[in-house]
Amino acid sequence: MDLQFTPEEEAFRAEVRAFLQEHLPRDLAAKVKAGQRLTRFDQENWHAILNKKGWLAYHWPVQWGGTAWTPIQKFIFDDESARAGGPRLVPFGISMLGPVLIRYGSEEQKKHWLPRILDGSDWWCQGYSEPGAGSDLASLKTTAVRQGDHYVVNGQKTWTTQGQHANMMFCLARTDKAAKAQSGISFLLIDMNQPGVEVRPIRTLDGDAEVNEVFLTDVRVPLENLVGEENKGWTYAKYLLTYERTGIAGVGFSVASLEKLKLIASRVQRNGKPLAEDPQFATRMAQVEIDLENMKTTNLRVLAAVQGGGVPGAESSMLKIRGTVIRQELLSLIRRAMGPYALPYIEEAQHAGWGEPPVGPPEAATAAAAYFNYRKLSIFGGSNEIQKNIISKTILGL
Amino acid sequence: MNFELNEDRRMLADALGRFLSEQYPPEVRNRVAYGDQGYSPDVYGKLAEIGAIGALLPEEQGGFGGEGADIALVFETLGSHLVAGPVLGALLVGRALVLAGSDAQQQRLAGLIDGSVLAAFAHDEPANHYELERVATTARRDGDGWVLHGAKAVVPFGDQAQLLLVSARTAGDVGDAQGISLFLVPGDAPGVKTRGYGRIDGGHAAEVSFENVRLDADALLGGEGEGFALLERIVGYGLLALSAESLGAMERAKADTLEYLRTRRQFGVPIGSFQALQHRMADLLLEVEQARSAVINAAAAIDEGDRIAREKALSAAKYSVGKIGTLVAEETIQLHGGIGMTWELPLAHYAKRLVMIDHQLGDMDHHLARWMALRD
Repeated sequence: MDLQFTPEEEAFRAEVRAFLQEHLPRDLAAKVKAGQRLTRFDQENWHAILNKKGWLAYHWPVQWGGTAWTPIQKFIFDDESARAGGPRLVPFGISMLGPVLIRYGSEEQKKHWLPRILDGSDWWCQGYSEPGAGSDLASLKTTAVRQGDHYVVNGQKTWTTQGQHANMMFCLARTDKAAKAQSGISFLLIDMNQPGVEVRPIRTLDGDAEVNEVFLTDVRVPLENLVGEENKGWTYAKYLLTYERTGIAGVGFSVASLEKLKLIASRVQRNGKPLAEDPQFATRMAQVEIDLENMKTTNLRVLAAVQGGGVPGAESSMLKIRGTVIRQELLSLIRRAMGPYALPYIEEAQHAGWGEPPVGPPEAATAAAAYFNYRKLSIFGGSNEIQKNIISKTILGL
Repeated sequence: MNFELNEDRRMLADALGRFLSEQYPPEVRNRVAYGDQGYSPDVYGKLAEIGAIGALLPEEQGGFGGEGADIALVFETLGSHLVAGPVLGALLVGRALVLAGSDAQQQRLAGLIDGSVLAAFAHDEPANHYELERVATTARRDGDGWVLHGAKAVVPFGDQAQLLLVSARTAGDVGDAQGISLFLVPGDAPGVKTRGYGRIDGGHAAEVSFENVRLDADALLGGEGEGFALLERIVGYGLLALSAESLGAMERAKADTLEYLRTRRQFGVPIGSFQALQHRMADLLLEVEQARSAVINAAAAIDEGDRIAREKALSAAKYSVGKIGTLVAEETIQLHGGIGMTWELPLAHYAKRLVMIDHQLGDMDHHLARWMALRD
């Protein structure tokens, strides 16, 4: 047994670090570290920088612009990027649709859509969730009816993250109403810039609006935008969800949050001492750091097990649960460290370039909002309760 | 033992609850709580008219209640309707006047009780992190009067209050319990500067600074340098009030979530039929009942003469609602799923308030440590 990274892996880490040092824009890293809201330009800009280096879709096959990195290398990249203040990559095109097209798409679809994901021609969003469906994804009601060389799609999608920026949506729709819940669903690619598509923002409890409802009324989708076979969409959707869940442990982001927490705890005073020396607060920090170290190793164990290729199965459910709980605890501690300064909420202070002096410690501007916003971590991507059901069934055989 | 409310209290609770149900539905609440002033002067006036503020103060001083149970009752009702407004300020400043005010100073109570004067308790400072003794703001003698200098942090409605109750050091070092004095400061006194802002849970607060603010001799409340004991008593009323408010909010969050579990269907059945969720709701119920008991203990102890017994019960209550309130907030959002994350759902705002109560007058860590340190 060897818990050390190999010399090759360490060399790779150094390469990644040097790249980030040189190419990650400082102001962008500062925004990410401060927890400020990113603009569309911020995200597109970072994608373009990574794409130029050939590191954007790093888990795709080399043939389509990927890197042939091992799972451990991917982990190292995520880890280094998050520590340096690299933004989370917008996953919809790169991490979700890309792998589905590569595995199930036609040659034409791959040739057309994959380069456009890389160069940013398309901004994708995910049309999975529906009102009343949630984690019971198979109960979706949106329909696609074949008419000549088109499907006509009607229905409503919800929780469409960054749908306000998207020009394309990959979407699940029912093509056979008579079939059982999980059959009769098809995987369609929908152009958002056409009549019948209406995007309405949903304001979340922290005051932001990054998710949307999408209304689809007689939307025409050419037959060539069907991925794989008609009525087999559930298979592709499940494959995509496994990809969605692999990165969801978010080890790098937790490591970055822990560093931020430690910095804050060294500055904020309680009883004339830094919070980091306060017995109760220090205990809480120690507990979450131990949990994080453990989860990091769990994550690496899972990755080592799939080194030969493929994606983890139900193990990703474990990572999702632990990763989200740990991250929520870190955000909770950052909020708690603010004391009374968790209360002020100044919308403008959530963005970079606010000219006023901060109210309270600089981190206070976003601490409580981030805590509330990231309650979503244990809800989206299949709620943690659903993940536990998967573990019970798949791993425990119950 | 009798845990029933008496007739007067029941009538007040009914009147208050009815008024808020009719006049202060969630959409009205959110409009005013997140609006320019952070509260509705009109609703606040009506609360005073119904007697919600008078009930917080004893009869001898013009109120009509003032016992622990009265305070708990009013704030539980305010919590269950998520009322944003300066009621806590009225309670804290009002009790300070009752406990230590001269006859002349107590004249101010009338304005608090009828709602015409907005009062704020200005104690927290940018670096005190809930510690009662850590007062860096200073007041020095100047002829017959005083000159006040310093800064106060996150003062609820501090930018709109006409009357501020300010803790300041007249002797000793930052961190000493001795040498703290309390002052009544007009909000518009020359040298008082405010920077107001909205709060994440609704309502307003402000950074308040004092630059050589000149005060008359009668601005001093209670004995010079002896303010700590008074400060502790006032904050004690705040602990009871916030604990009861939290209880009201958690009861409502619990009820809304139960309703959701009964009606929301997934996989063809109400989600409340899943055992995993049933157990979580059962845990929540147990915890909320514990919080209710903690509030009852605190209400019974608030006028207790023995300091240790009283303060332990108060810290125990605030610790309990800090812990349980956060749990209720996180669990009820989770049980609602995505909809629990939305601004549109009233529960989301209850959840924010429940978590933020832990950031007022000492969080669960602070009160657990304080409880352990309080010894006979």
